[in-house]
Amino acid sequence: MADLIYQVDSLVKSYNGRQVLSVPALEVQRGEILGLVGPSGAGKSTFLRLLNFLEAPSAGRIAFAGRWFGQPDTLPLALRRRAVLVFQRPVLLSGSVFDNVAYGLRIRGCRNVRSTVEAVLARIGLLHLKRAASHTLSGGELQRVALARALVVEPEVLLLDEPTANLDPAHVRAIEAMIMETNQAAGTTVVIVTHNVFQARRLAQRVGLLVGGRLVEVAPAQEFFESPQTEEACAFVRGDMIY
Amino acid sequence: MGPAFLLCAEGVPLQALTSALRQALHLLSSGDPALLEIVLLSLRVSVTAIAFAALVGIPLGCWLGLKRFVGRRLVVALLYTGMGFPPVVVGLFVYLLLSRNGILGPLNWPWLPRLFTPAAMIIAQVIIATPLISGFTMAAVMGVDPNLRLQLTSLGALPWQATWAILREARVGVIVSIVAGFGSVVSEVGAVMLVGGNIEGSTRVMTTAIVLETGKGNFDLALAMGMILLALTFMVNFVVLRVQGKAFD
Repeated sequence: MADLIYQVDSLVKSYNGRQVLSVPALEVQRGEILGLVGPSGAGKSTFLRLLNFLEAPSAGRIAFAGRWFGQPDTLPLALRRRAVLVFQRPVLLSGSVFDNVAYGLRIRGCRNVRSTVEAVLARIGLLHLKRAASHTLSGGELQRVALARALVVEPEVLLLDEPTANLDPAHVRAIEAMIMETNQAAGTTVVIVTHNVFQARRLAQRVGLLVGGRLVEVAPAQEFFESPQTEEACAFVRGDMIY
Repeated sequence: MGPAFLLCAEGVPLQALTSALRQALHLLSSGDPALLEIVLLSLRVSVTAIAFAALVGIPLGCWLGLKRFVGRRLVVALLYTGMGFPPVVVGLFVYLLLSRNGILGPLNWPWLPRLFTPAAMIIAQVIIATPLISGFTMAAVMGVDPNLRLQLTSLGALPWQATWAILREARVGVIVSIVAGFGSVVSEVGAVMLVGGNIEGSTRVMTTAIVLETGKGNFDLALAMGMILLALTFMVNFVVLRVQGKAFD
């Protein structure tokens, strides 16, 4: 059991009485890349926010690193800081790219901020934009900065919400390479939400399908794509699921 | 009737005006001690008042801009009313509060300022400026993307660290609120006249001096003060524009 980073138990999230997510059980292995696919509005982003303890579940609980939590405010800060979520629409601070990437280190009171930030910027190919003001970035650069400011704190868990939506292939390739590299080199657990079947295929070792707030099927990637068990997963893999 | 009798609307000879302007410039350049004293008191009172108003107003505006709670609309409506408070009414209120036979006056608390002192004027100006500063701060904070807080929290920020970052994002609006608050209290006359009493050498500030000297027909002194006030207002606006400009660079 020690190699489980997340365990989910009868998790339910409702907004104003409307249930948007219901995951009876799910386990995430430490060091794996779990892809969450499904049509938009399926509750994927909500699930990530719950895994990041940014919102309280309406019912159920989540275990993080072996400890169960029902309400996010019972989570110790040190534990909360071990998982970082990269949002679909990142909001950067005004100021330079450097300051944005340095933020997570500064609030943790880290030393060697400069060298750490520069190393991450170099890895993600944005070192030349170090001094650029954040509002001058293109969409792809913005997403890469958002990924860099998450990676700089060396999280144990990287939660990604559509990190490459609407980006051109060059940026998609750079971001996917960075995700793979982080997972392999640092053993970082990755939960990536995407509506792109091909991206899930390229990155994920296991794939879960969310439809209408329900986790319909979870399986190793090869199994999921080659012999899906449920009707919904068949439709999704064939591309028949309209979303 | 010769040209010397050419009159302005209020019955002031035009010639007198131009000579007053000359004397005003002379007063300014010579650094007249009486003038200097009045200007310095004006600045001392208003700068102190703004410091206190910012101390209260910025956290209040930040809180109102970030929190959603029952009764918030009412508080905001009261705040907007406060932003439009006539200074003379504030002066009347502080007068009644501090007056010997007033509400707090008879209690004789040693730390409570007496009427007709600079401290009483500071209290009145704090009451005028606090709603302005918190109102502008609230608007500035509400202008920051609401998703930012969640994203910073995810990056590991504590609630106060996220709030500090949001305040930094809104800093242009916060600075503007301080400068605008200063501009409004330094040029305000009703409250300082009522609670200060325009006592020479003790509570006379630029605006009350202008009123008095104009009434006495001493246009040179009044004009000199007016020019200084105008220059201050100009500087205030200049600073606001510079700060706003910087944010868009």
